[in-house]
Amino acid sequence: MSEIRGRTLIAGEAEGSLFKLAAPISFWGGVDPASGRVADPRHPDHGRIITGQVLAISTMVGSSSSSAIMLELLRNSTAPAALILGAVDAILPLGVIVAREMGHPTIPVVEISPRELANLPERGYVRVRKDGGIEVRSKK
Amino acid sequence: MRLTTEEQAIARGALGEAAGMAMRIVIEATEFLGGTQLVEISSAHIDGCLYHGDGGVEFAERLVSGDAKVRVPTTLNVGALDLLNPTRVRADDHRYDMARRLMAAYQKMGCRPTWTCAPYQAGHRPSSGDQVAWGESNAVAFVNSVLGARTNRYGDFLDICCALTGRAPLTGLHLPENRYATIIVDTNQLSESLRDTDVFYPVFGTWLGAEVGEEIAVIEGLSADTSEDRLKALGAAAAATGAVGLFHVVGITPEAPDLETALDRQKPARVISVTPPMIRAVRDRMSTTTEGRLDAVALGSPHFSLTEFSQLERLAASKHFRIPFYVCTGRGVLEELESQGRADELRQAGVEIVVDTCVVVTPILPEGGGVLMTNSGKFAHYTPANTGYEVVYGSLEDCVASAEAGRVVRNDILWG
Repeated sequence: MSEIRGRTLIAGEAEGSLFKLAAPISFWGGVDPASGRVADPRHPDHGRIITGQVLAISTMVGSSSSSAIMLELLRNSTAPAALILGAVDAILPLGVIVAREMGHPTIPVVEISPRELANLPERGYVRVRKDGGIEVRSKK
Repeated sequence: MRLTTEEQAIARGALGEAAGMAMRIVIEATEFLGGTQLVEISSAHIDGCLYHGDGGVEFAERLVSGDAKVRVPTTLNVGALDLLNPTRVRADDHRYDMARRLMAAYQKMGCRPTWTCAPYQAGHRPSSGDQVAWGESNAVAFVNSVLGARTNRYGDFLDICCALTGRAPLTGLHLPENRYATIIVDTNQLSESLRDTDVFYPVFGTWLGAEVGEEIAVIEGLSADTSEDRLKALGAAAAATGAVGLFHVVGITPEAPDLETALDRQKPARVISVTPPMIRAVRDRMSTTTEGRLDAVALGSPHFSLTEFSQLERLAASKHFRIPFYVCTGRGVLEELESQGRADELRQAGVEIVVDTCVVVTPILPEGGGVLMTNSGKFAHYTPANTGYEVVYGSLEDCVASAEAGRVVRNDILWG
């Protein structure tokens, strides 16, 4: 097991399989909020489901509407279990804050360095702690 | 956080429940962006009025019920409906009702019903150095780069929260020291004839976004008379393929009177010389198909300007289109076209003028999919995922010729 100290953007506890996106993504146009599926046919992870996964994202691209998709994912219970971000970005955490204000379930959001994100294994099982600690196991 | 007395009071509800919630959201967003202060803003542009699901409607209506009123002049981006042409968009009763409720809620908060992604061509033009809070990635790129106002890339929710509080997080591109370029992009190896065509700019923007991500580039080698529509197309494509919120163009944009100023006299992290094969490869990647059957043409992402309509009118004169030909624009531009008697002529040629929304954000294209041609880098980027259509990228001339022929016609000479 390895452990990373992240910076907590939105505190919470969660665990799940690690899903490290193979390329930057725009949730708007890139993720279907009804199914939690990566919907952009040009994205290398096209067709995979983010629901319930600990989603690691190096950088966001494209539309600022991705916060709205984040809110819908949380409202529809199709959201990832947690977000690990490799770059400071207000767009996704904002969707989580608004979900919380509206009384929907929320998920932890943790920021780590781009290098730490790049070094995450391609597969594994991850636990995100309240203090921003991220425990990574190669298997459950 | 260092908040003023007024900001603390607003957060506690001094301006009502909605402004209080909005202020708390702005403060929290500032904290996770690493900021410690807010900045007063003088205008806002709101992207949150496009329906993505019922959650966004519930949020906007919660704000309205808490007496939300914007504190600065605020324009609205596209919604999911063409309100002037209610049958234009295919929507079941639920979707139609929710999309309409969302648009109504933002109007009730005091936002101007501009319904355009090119508010800067609808009279909303902040001045260089103004602090603003804008949403919609192309509008952000334009207002920062071309007008020199200062905003971060605000998303749904934070944009309206800034408008309701008159404040934004003092971070990122609000701070002058974060607005300098770190990358030089030299276009002088490209032929002047390529750089002097409209069709180059969306391709160049598509390359730029993918290449620089969220870094700030300063571009060399563009003509001093590069039109506003070309800069608009460049920024929109760059903001679609990368997180580009600001770029500089030497001799054109306000923060780049010369290269040294744009770089703050620092050594750049990278210098990239753009070559013809690089641009050709990007142009090829922007299409998922390149020949044969064509089912529709769509222009106007960002929304078509009056100048762009004039170009279209010259090309489309006395032509008749065999396939649906959509041009998306703001209702302000349509009013001008109507008052000058130009809209009907366009319609007679087969042009369908879509207002308040656009073809990649809501179902307008004929059902069943097919092939869509566009001259927009942003449409080329989003069409496959958002509409299920294949896409082919071409110039405005190519789009008109193809619509007349009913199949893809592209002039390849420029591209070598």
